[in-house]
Amino acid sequence: MDLWDVLSQAAWVVSAALLIWIVKDAISVSQQYDEEFLMSSREGDE
Amino acid sequence: MSTTTGDSKQRISMLKVLNPFHIWALGVGIVLVGEFMGWNFSVAKGGAYGSLIACWVIGLLYTCVAMIDSEVTSTVAAAGGQYTQAKHIIGPLMAFNVGLYLVMAYTMLEAADALVVGDLMKSGAEALGHAGLDTKPFVVLTIAFLAWLNYRGVFTTLTLNFVITFVAFIAILVLFLAVEPANPGAVLKHKELLTDLPYGWIGVVASLQFGMWYYLGIEGTCQAAEEVRSAGRAIPLGTMGGMMTLLVAASLTWYICAGLMPWQYLGQAVTPLYDAGTLVGSTKLQLLLFVATAFAAIASANGCINDASRAWFSLGRDRYMPVFFGAIHPKYRTPYRSIIFLVPIAVSFAFTGLLDQVITFSILSGLLGYTFMSINIVKFRKMWPLGSIHRGYIHPFHPLPAITLLILCSATYFATFLGYGTSLLSILAFYIVASIWFSVRRYKFVKRADQFTMPWPRPKGY
Repeated sequence: MDLWDVLSQAAWVVSAALLIWIVKDAISVSQQYDEEFLMSSREGDE
Repeated sequence: MSTTTGDSKQRISMLKVLNPFHIWALGVGIVLVGEFMGWNFSVAKGGAYGSLIACWVIGLLYTCVAMIDSEVTSTVAAAGGQYTQAKHIIGPLMAFNVGLYLVMAYTMLEAADALVVGDLMKSGAEALGHAGLDTKPFVVLTIAFLAWLNYRGVFTTLTLNFVITFVAFIAILVLFLAVEPANPGAVLKHKELLTDLPYGWIGVVASLQFGMWYYLGIEGTCQAAEEVRSAGRAIPLGTMGGMMTLLVAASLTWYICAGLMPWQYLGQAVTPLYDAGTLVGSTKLQLLLFVATAFAAIASANGCINDASRAWFSLGRDRYMPVFFGAIHPKYRTPYRSIIFLVPIAVSFAFTGLLDQVITFSILSGLLGYTFMSINIVKFRKMWPLGSIHRGYIHPFHPLPAITLLILCSATYFATFLGYGTSLLSILAFYIVASIWFSVRRYKFVKRADQFTMPWPRPKGY
């Protein structure tokens, strides 16, 4: 296994870690906050 | 974190933290990759001079787009950009279609950019002795990292875009200086390489489609309208400044490449600016152009994620799409569900590996959007004449830019039909089917009174 194979494997691992972090955070936000609040933005609000 | 309104209900909103430099970085960032690759296919259609004509004619098309967009966005300061404009000025079906054009154009461009990053990694590995590198992990990493960055906040995302876009632009300037423009014939061989139009004027018309690569995506600046400190100032400044940067970058790119490579080679080159750097014979310059090409592709993908997610978020907020997507992250203040939703779609497009088709779909979606803008501005000026509402910017010579834009869009449709007739008809069929679905199945969920938010007077004649 040369450097490029290691880099390919690392790219998969880092991608998975980033995507898992995003999804986990999104789920935790949905659990912590009321849906009505999360979707309460109004177009052009100051 | 949230604003309190008159009815004392807590509301969340996106952060207003961006300035004109971020807007410049968003617009130029999305586009500049087109200078590093893609524009040169216009050379294959119309020769070197044909490509230069396409560069300036399409430059005029985009100047009209930038002027019209700047005026309307300086009054409609909301995420969604042209979608929100269409909703207020034309009507729901047009708005739905424009929203869809935006999401498709940017998501497909993002996929194409990620494919480019993967291909660059493969070329880099080959140059260092490792043949046959699998590009997929690097394509996914590009999309995943940029989605993560976008998820965590717009300020860092577009600040990064500013830095890497600036480096990519400087690389073009450095290459221009390296080819000794003041000393014609020393490095650049325009006299020997420039020929007559190889396919006549029909070739020039055909080259218009690929001329769009020089500027495709500059209109994305108005997606940030809800996150700038002053939309009336930042959007026109960033957009028009971006357009000037691109006109300079496009002209320099053509000048350098047309003086170094014969049109037969240039018309099919994958990375013409990198090839130009290689031909100059400096390893440092070659490395700079390699890095700049990668930066331009990453900046483009980054801006596309930003724009596609804002357009999808706006469709969700108005219930044109499931309202679930209209949520804002309470800490990072980004449309986080829209960002996540578009990740697998971008990866799927990228895994098809069909760069040509993906880009054509993106270009056609953009072109449909520009056609809408020419009609939109005429209606906007008619319904709300000058003086009836506050405009941060008023574009000159109305309705000349709108008429010019419509004529140039028609010419580009014809050019696309010559090269990609089936794709053009397929995409039109796709949007017709989507429109039927929206009218029959989706529009009943839209809260009609809630979607018109601008504090404007009643339009003239209504």
